[in-house]
Amino acid sequence: MNIRVRAAVLVAVLAATAGCQREARLFEPAAGSAVTPPPVRMSDLQPGQSSPPPAVAPRYEVNAAALAAGKRLFTWYNCNGCHANGGGDKGPALMDDVWIYGGEPANIYMTIVEGRPNGMPSYGGHIPDEHVWQLVAYVRSMSGLVPVDAAPSRDDAMQSAPAENRRAAQPPVPAAVPPSSQTSK
Amino acid sequence: MDEGSALSALVPAGPQAAHIHTLWLVMLAVCALVFAAILGALAIAMRRAPCGDETSEPDTSMIGNDEPAVRRAVTFGIAASAALLITLLVTSIVIERALAQLPLRDALHIRLTGHQWWWEATYDDAKAANVFTTANELHIPVGRPIVLTLEAEDVIHSFWVPNLHGKKDLVPGRTATIAFRADAAGTFRGQCAEFCGYQHANMALMVIAEPPERYERWAAAARTSAPQPLEPLAQRGQQVFLQSTCAMCHTIVGTPANGRRAPDLTHVASRLRIGAGTLHNDPVTLSAWIADPQRIKPGVHMPAHALPSADLQALVAYLGTLK
Amino acid sequence: MTVDTTAGALAPEPGGEASVAELLTPHARRFGGWADAPGVLGWISTIDHKRVGRRFIGTAFGFFVAGGVLAGLMRLQLSRPDSSLIGPDLYNQLFTVHGTSMMFVFAVPMMQAMAVYFVPLMVGARNIAFPRLIAYAYWVYLFGGLMLYSALVLNIGPDAGWFSYTPLAGPQYGVGKRSDFWAQLITFTEVSGLLVAVSVITTVFKLRAPGMTLNRMPLFVWALLVTSFMVVFALPSVMMVSTSLILDRLVGTHFFNPAEGGDALLWQHLFWFFGHPEVYMIFLPGLGFVSMIVPTFARRPVFGYVAIVLSLIATAFLAFGLWVHHMFATNVPELGKSFFTAASMVIAIPTATQLFCWIATLWTGRIVLRTPLLFVLGFFFILVLGGLTGIMLAAVPLDLQLHDTFFVVAHLHYVLIGGAVFPLFGAFYYWFPKVTGRMLDETLGRWNFWLFFVGFNVAFFPMHILGLQGMPRRVYTYAADTGWGPLNLVASLGAVVVVASVLVFVVNVARSCRMGVHAGANPWHASTLEWATDSPPPPGNFHPPLAVARREPLWERAGVSGFVEGLANDPPEALVTTLLDALPHHRLAFPTPTIWPLLAAIATSVLFISSIFTPWAVVWGSIPVAITLIAWFWPSRSETRKHVRLERVS
Repeated sequence: MNIRVRAAVLVAVLAATAGCQREARLFEPAAGSAVTPPPVRMSDLQPGQSSPPPAVAPRYEVNAAALAAGKRLFTWYNCNGCHANGGGDKGPALMDDVWIYGGEPANIYMTIVEGRPNGMPSYGGHIPDEHVWQLVAYVRSMSGLVPVDAAPSRDDAMQSAPAENRRAAQPPVPAAVPPSSQTSK
Repeated sequence: MDEGSALSALVPAGPQAAHIHTLWLVMLAVCALVFAAILGALAIAMRRAPCGDETSEPDTSMIGNDEPAVRRAVTFGIAASAALLITLLVTSIVIERALAQLPLRDALHIRLTGHQWWWEATYDDAKAANVFTTANELHIPVGRPIVLTLEAEDVIHSFWVPNLHGKKDLVPGRTATIAFRADAAGTFRGQCAEFCGYQHANMALMVIAEPPERYERWAAAARTSAPQPLEPLAQRGQQVFLQSTCAMCHTIVGTPANGRRAPDLTHVASRLRIGAGTLHNDPVTLSAWIADPQRIKPGVHMPAHALPSADLQALVAYLGTLK
Repeated sequence: MTVDTTAGALAPEPGGEASVAELLTPHARRFGGWADAPGVLGWISTIDHKRVGRRFIGTAFGFFVAGGVLAGLMRLQLSRPDSSLIGPDLYNQLFTVHGTSMMFVFAVPMMQAMAVYFVPLMVGARNIAFPRLIAYAYWVYLFGGLMLYSALVLNIGPDAGWFSYTPLAGPQYGVGKRSDFWAQLITFTEVSGLLVAVSVITTVFKLRAPGMTLNRMPLFVWALLVTSFMVVFALPSVMMVSTSLILDRLVGTHFFNPAEGGDALLWQHLFWFFGHPEVYMIFLPGLGFVSMIVPTFARRPVFGYVAIVLSLIATAFLAFGLWVHHMFATNVPELGKSFFTAASMVIAIPTATQLFCWIATLWTGRIVLRTPLLFVLGFFFILVLGGLTGIMLAAVPLDLQLHDTFFVVAHLHYVLIGGAVFPLFGAFYYWFPKVTGRMLDETLGRWNFWLFFVGFNVAFFPMHILGLQGMPRRVYTYAADTGWGPLNLVASLGAVVVVASVLVFVVNVARSCRMGVHAGANPWHASTLEWATDSPPPPGNFHPPLAVARREPLWERAGVSGFVEGLANDPPEALVTTLLDALPHHRLAFPTPTIWPLLAAIATSVLFISSIFTPWAVVWGSIPVAITLIAWFWPSRSETRKHVRLERVS
């Protein structure tokens, strides 16, 4: 087989598997989703040489059903009561690149489960782990950090912002200062 | 105690379904007649005409000439068809009018909201204190007109209780109404009749028509809050309910649980079925349902719960007190 | 009458490049520019309507079998209550792809494919109008169908029903790309359908044999002409609505979003405005088949030719006024619903007219009971039953009980299989000798018919009862205590018998292709022009083309009134005639085979499929499409020289 044919086959296989991951419907909790991630770091300072952040497989971030479920749960569990539709209200905005407690999936997971000072409730034990991961994936999609073809589209509701699949990616900017540490000028 | 009447459009239990049943009988009779006539004519034609084979000389004698007898017969057939169709059209309009003329004085108003994949019912009343919400099971008084206001939360559903009336779609963004009356007591099953996703097949609705006094007793009980549990097991169960995912989505009036995303459970123990008609309501099925609803209704929005078995037992015991 | 076109000679140009004719085999050299190059190149670049038509028919049949396999899986799942064989996700994809496949990828394309093959032959033309467009339409259709089934295999099969109602198929609840693949399949098949319809209309209006007035056209040609007009008016509606769906899902428009001024019911109106005429687009060609088979096997011209033509036209008009009967359960105004009840009943009258005309033909004829006529008799039984349940469904009150239940499943299969598939099988048996030169086996044909007839009724009649007993459509399982189990089991067993009948057909075709009795030009001694040429017809169909003077040219004395002489074979020339009376008008140089329709179809497919994932594909993907189209239409110097030479000589 010449190189062009091989490349075409590779592309086709990749496209197929990508489609498989995006389109899987996970009715049983995904294996391993009950496992909490290894300790995440809240600070960028590390003694000695920095070890890399723990890897959390982006299983839900490429799955359209998980992202859609996350979007549904965002209103069902009243996240929008404090975070509005991503623009923030009493709680900080989630659709920008500013992450007080870290914007990696593991960080967001711990934020939801543990709660945070100044008003973020601790959902651990009150919602299943699988739902937390779906919310994590959805929150990441709010700043355009998930693949475009898996990201949710617009809701059948009044529009407050472009649909998640129409948002430009905003990678988390490191070293954000929590509100309680900000000095007023 | 469970379903008395089998689902059927041919066993009407109220005037609306009875009108439609009348129309069905008229249609069936006329259509059977027409079918017999047409197929009979064909059969006679096949028998009467002589047989030949491919090489038989084609008969072209009628080209350019009239075939008066045949023309008359065909014209008669067309005229008879038209006459019968007009009869059926008129019958249909008469029955439509009859359906629209259900007397609605003293009607009971219920707001039915369709969700994926359950039914939310709010019984309206002039006094705000008498308004209550239930799910998946309607009790209605015999002999009193019922007016349902139909709305959909997410996708299109369709309310259909064949023994009582035809169906009406619940379309998001629109409000529809349907009116019917049960003239006989019984337990009637309804089905969602518009494809609405994974569990469209398991979105049933139980409609229990009962004598007015029994209905009033049921409604009075439905308006009360859930009693505080007395047994320690049930008390533990209430704790489990409030501390785990249950309270995030379900409401039990009289407790802090105020979730609006899932069926109201204030009187869940009094229902015939759980899971929108999917399972009979008893402790064993309830346990299995809570532990893993996805195994019974894959795709449903209720997650699996990895509760320790003691907690699950307590929870089921608590739910059993919610009559 | 001889039509003299004072043609040019076939001598090669002095000093110029060799003509196509000189490159061909001796057989093909007789047919000059009508024949294809040999080998694979000829196969992919052909614009001969018969070669394209054959592969079109074969492909549509393949999709029929594939859709039938899906149906078999569905019946397997439903044969028992509470079956855990197939879960809801897969089942939803199965019934959606079954319906989508049967309606968009089998039924209408099959009827159009039969038109592509037979209409030019029946009107005495040498090829179909716009033959390159037909080739392109075939490839686009093939790629669309392959896309649909590939999506199913990859778990991206559409799962919101073949009618894809919003909001379930919309951006919020239609998760992933499944409904986008559905919407793009619509785009593929509607582009293909529209192009074939345009070609068929042009062929019928402009390429008829001299003397074949509209009044002398075969009834199948009338049926496909009317169907093609229906296609032209109905398909844009579904193209528009599927495009709106993709826009809602991909780009965030609000066509179907009630919160921002859209309407969920808008989908239903626009879809069914197409959807109802669609079933008549499938049904009318079936009626056309019957109108061809009945006279041949009753050994007399059909009674009531004019009545049948007017009935076809009336049906087509009325079909556009019925669509709300799919929406009787919604809250559209009640008075409006009554109008649609009336229209839905009135449309039975033209169909009844045709039925009575055929019965009259058989009554006063001489019956030749062969397999094609058996299928027509089966058509009568099944279609009449289905039509009558349709009258029942037309009444709003009764429809409110029966809508979206298995009663409707029974009705639609009775009218579509009875009204279209049975005549189609009859047509296969009738015209197989013409296409292949061999007869299908008559004994296997009878087995085919009886298995199909019995199996179909056993499978679908119980569904009427299931619907009355409350069983809704599109359910992946049902509880045992509903009592629906026994009849579902019976239906599934009937489905097995239907599968057996299709297998018998496939075996019959496979055997007969190699071992069937050789058929001559006219084994049935029929009356229409397709039987006036060889079986199978040569490239260019008629050498020389015929002129007609009667409606039954092969039965009536002086039916064929002469020949058309002087048309060139290289470049291939046809005689264009006037619309009403088919008087000779001018000579038309036909296009020659080319590979560009295939390449344009590939470019189009890339455009369509990639626009599922990004709107920019519409912009960037247009470039290859434009390039291939330009290459397609680029005039060839040698051909222009040949045309000019022809003009000069004449």
